[in-house]
Amino acid sequence: MLLIRCPYCEEERPEIEFRHAGEAHVARPSDIASISDEEFEAFFFIRANTRGTVYERWRHVNGCARFFNAVRDSVSDRFIMTYKAGDPKPKKLPGV
Amino acid sequence: MAESFRLPGRGRLAQARTARFTFDGKSYSGVAGDTLASALLANGIHLVGRSFKYHRPRGILSAGAEEPNALVGIHRDASRKTPNVRATVQELYDGLTAVSQNRWPSLGFDVGAVNDLASPFFSAGFYYKTFMWPKAAWKSLYEPFIRSAAGLGVAPDQPDPDHYAARFAHCEVLVLGGGAAGLAAALAAAESGLRVIICDEQAELGGSLRFESGAAIDGQNGWDWAQAAAARLAAMDNVRVLTRTTAFGYYLQNFVALAERVSDHLSSPGDLPRERLWQVRAKRVVLATGSIERHMVFPDNDRPGVMLASAARTYLNHYGVAVGRNVGVYTANDSAYAGAIDLKRAGVNVAAIVDLRDNPSGPMVDEARALGIEIHGGRGVVRVGGRLRVSSITVKPRTGGDGERTIAVDALLVSAGWTPSVHLFSQSRGKVAFNDEVKRFLPGTYTQDCISVGACNGTDGLAATIDEAYAAGAKAAREAGGKAGKAAKPKVEGSENWSRGMLGAGPGAEAGTTVKAFVDFQNDVTAKDIRQAVREGMQSIEHVKRFTTNGMATDQGKTSNMHGLAIAAEELGKAIPEVGLTTFRAPYTPVTFGTIVGHARGKLFEPTRRTPMHGWAERNGAVFEDVGQWKRAWYFPQRGEDMHAAVNRECVTVRKSAGLFDASTLGKIEVVGPDAAAFMELMYTNPWQKLEAGRCRYGVMLREDGFIYDDGVVGRLAEDRFHVTTTTGGAARVMNHMEDYLQTEFPHLKVWLTSISEQWAVIAVQGPKSRDIIAPLVEGIDLSDEAMPHMSVREGRICGVPTRLFRMSFSGERGFEVNVPADYGEAVWEALWAQGQKHDACAYGTETMHVLRAEKGYIIVGQDTDGTVTPNDAGLDWAVGKKKADFVGIRGLKRPDLVAEGRRQLVGLRTRDPDVVLEEGAQIVADPKQPVPMKMIGHVTSSYWSENCGRSIALALVEGGRKRMGETLYVPMPDRTIEVEVTGMVFFDEKGERLND
Repeated sequence: MLLIRCPYCEEERPEIEFRHAGEAHVARPSDIASISDEEFEAFFFIRANTRGTVYERWRHVNGCARFFNAVRDSVSDRFIMTYKAGDPKPKKLPGV
Repeated sequence: MAESFRLPGRGRLAQARTARFTFDGKSYSGVAGDTLASALLANGIHLVGRSFKYHRPRGILSAGAEEPNALVGIHRDASRKTPNVRATVQELYDGLTAVSQNRWPSLGFDVGAVNDLASPFFSAGFYYKTFMWPKAAWKSLYEPFIRSAAGLGVAPDQPDPDHYAARFAHCEVLVLGGGAAGLAAALAAAESGLRVIICDEQAELGGSLRFESGAAIDGQNGWDWAQAAAARLAAMDNVRVLTRTTAFGYYLQNFVALAERVSDHLSSPGDLPRERLWQVRAKRVVLATGSIERHMVFPDNDRPGVMLASAARTYLNHYGVAVGRNVGVYTANDSAYAGAIDLKRAGVNVAAIVDLRDNPSGPMVDEARALGIEIHGGRGVVRVGGRLRVSSITVKPRTGGDGERTIAVDALLVSAGWTPSVHLFSQSRGKVAFNDEVKRFLPGTYTQDCISVGACNGTDGLAATIDEAYAAGAKAAREAGGKAGKAAKPKVEGSENWSRGMLGAGPGAEAGTTVKAFVDFQNDVTAKDIRQAVREGMQSIEHVKRFTTNGMATDQGKTSNMHGLAIAAEELGKAIPEVGLTTFRAPYTPVTFGTIVGHARGKLFEPTRRTPMHGWAERNGAVFEDVGQWKRAWYFPQRGEDMHAAVNRECVTVRKSAGLFDASTLGKIEVVGPDAAAFMELMYTNPWQKLEAGRCRYGVMLREDGFIYDDGVVGRLAEDRFHVTTTTGGAARVMNHMEDYLQTEFPHLKVWLTSISEQWAVIAVQGPKSRDIIAPLVEGIDLSDEAMPHMSVREGRICGVPTRLFRMSFSGERGFEVNVPADYGEAVWEALWAQGQKHDACAYGTETMHVLRAEKGYIIVGQDTDGTVTPNDAGLDWAVGKKKADFVGIRGLKRPDLVAEGRRQLVGLRTRDPDVVLEEGAQIVADPKQPVPMKMIGHVTSSYWSENCGRSIALALVEGGRKRMGETLYVPMPDRTIEVEVTGMVFFDEKGERLND
């Protein structure tokens, strides 16, 4: 079982308190009603699914209930870092 | 029967404390502290099982967890029959009952052994090649045949009556393995005062000191030192010593799973759990998992009586058992000499040591020679005599030529060298590296905070092992934040060296031979099979493994992997590191499902949710149905009614007078804040800004793709406060969906969401008499139609307690939903029930609720929709705010496929024969005469007998359904085809007049 650091609780907590919530930094277009089919496809259906470093949303659902972002290595499952929802994608990752 | 192979005064067991046991129905006696294997050997029994594929007679190979052969069934009682127990691990208790496996009619004479003669048909890849076709024969012929012919023990046929415990633990230093290395590491780490856990799979700590006789530590005999060290550790407050505990899985972030066998060794386990799962999180892990001796690969090397040299030594030095009276030794390294020397000194005749090495030399060889043991250097064992027990070995020079000699033996000790146990290191995702000098895979690159010490790290010799382990233990404690203690490092005198050895097949089993020289005993894989796999094109060791099944049995190839790899490498003409090692996976040794499942079974498998009125429903004869985790009253049968009769009566009663229904399971979310209406606009398709406080609206929630996600009635309590209801099953995910958008997409909105599902008990009072029933109990709310019309909500009191009173209907009748604080739910229900009695009202359950809503064409999300249904498909276009600039799903709804013609739409179906009730899920076709496979144009989503309509009714999703009104369609069933007419979705009171009746 993984330990995941919740950036709001500022604590490492066991994995069972969290739930995965898909790829991070996929913003809902503010003019969503008027975007093209291609733009909607890119927003809603297409995901990077990278092998290696992935940016994901997680929710501390059985804790503070906040959504936050995490950087994880999809090969080793290792969490590289977590940060608050709304914060920009980190430019530099610790230990990378 | 006397234990004729127990040597008086030998070993460490108190031989006076006997324990009786049976094996295949025959009674024997052993000694307290024995394993089943040592007790059997004490009675001269080597033959204990039949092999998996060829049914060859098999004996006891090892004295530990790596045992591939000696698998037996342990039977405590009718429901406690554990198959495939390693006799070398099972501790003896008085009254133990063991049976051999995979043999018929008896262990000595096994009909299945004909497989051995037919073995040319059963070689590697046999399953893949032989049973290819016809496909149908798999189920009826091949699989049953293979399953009965090849196999291990028989699975128990009754539920497991034992209970299993589970613990979480945290420590700074976790030491895996309690041999000399583990003990030294734990002693050093424990001095720091930090929390230390040390575990070992055996009953006592000590590891290889159990058999090693030559060493002294701190002036004591090695075993005695180990027991004193273990006692010292156990007495320290900061140390937990776990024996009979196997570390079986090493996961990320130093999370290690341990299986503790709590009571399998006890004659009367009493109330103790059978096993306990430990889930340990450690700052530092010290791997002290030792090494495992390999057998020699030569023809018929599986005969009972052939065993690992270290095992024979363990049986002698620890259990006081001689594995034979005239033993031979076949080896390629020094460690087997120690076994020969110990046996000789104990008075057992050692017929010969056969050593593959030319001119073996060294202190151990000299010592053996001095004891008068014949040493045959540069020779190998090319044949063995005996079938149920080895009777002789035939020895030949390694390089061929003359000089073949047959020597009588009754047991043969073998050793090809030692394989470091890197299993857990590898599970930690560390990378092993091949050390060509010593021909071993050793820990290379670490990825976690752990360190390997001793034999599993390739460290030879006790002195070096203890040095390394003690330093590592102290370092682990320092790194985990502790300070080193002052205890002195244990001092070692005299130490054996077991380096080197050989990998692969020996003389007589070389390439080109057709003999059975076993690599993997448990899966019956021979050297020939591995070579054949390579010849048939398997290049990768992972393919060789799967094709031959080498290393894939429950022993996971602990003794066989390296031999298999070496033979494959030789055949491929590659170096061992180029071929690579197969992956080590958890569990290290078999773990029972009970241990993994723990308490989470039966009633504790999942929580059961009961509503506040559950007790009343129970007392009044409700039959319950499971809806997710909820227990919901399904129907309330009276005096011998079946379900059909009860539901008919309930349905009629509600429409005639009234009914009470427990709707507490509905999901409820309070949406509060200055931007609550703006948030609701985004979450639901409907407009909310203009909904007046005190009014309700039916809301439809979409996902971003435009499909219906949930629905429910929403009441606006105030400008800034909405009481939202969701489907019973959708409560949690709708809350998650709302939170997701609020936190991440619309964080600028000032809104707070609270789940209030459990706070409010909900009593639906539906029917023409509903107002009369609630009126006498309600205070402070004007219930007149003018003051409180359909789809409105008021706050006031009922029976003196606060209520949120909704006027709404899921039945099509005038109706109310009475929300009261959950703790008052049952009392208010009782009061309403008493009022209802005056009006001949009934209590009704979910089935009647379903029928009533279907009569009115009200959909149930998840039953009439399936995640591919749009509001338009469901006839709910009216609920989509046309003037809204944004809501979740607004763009999805415009996708080409969602606006295309011919989508499946919800419609009503009337069977031509009103008595026929369709099956939910049944497929619909336009032309029943078309050839199979027919084109299916829809399916039935809801179907009931409607007593109020006097006929069956159904809802269905049908392609272009709304343009098919009046059309005849067909529902083909296995026994007949049912004719149906497409209709509107409302079957009862089409004008909706009864809502205000």
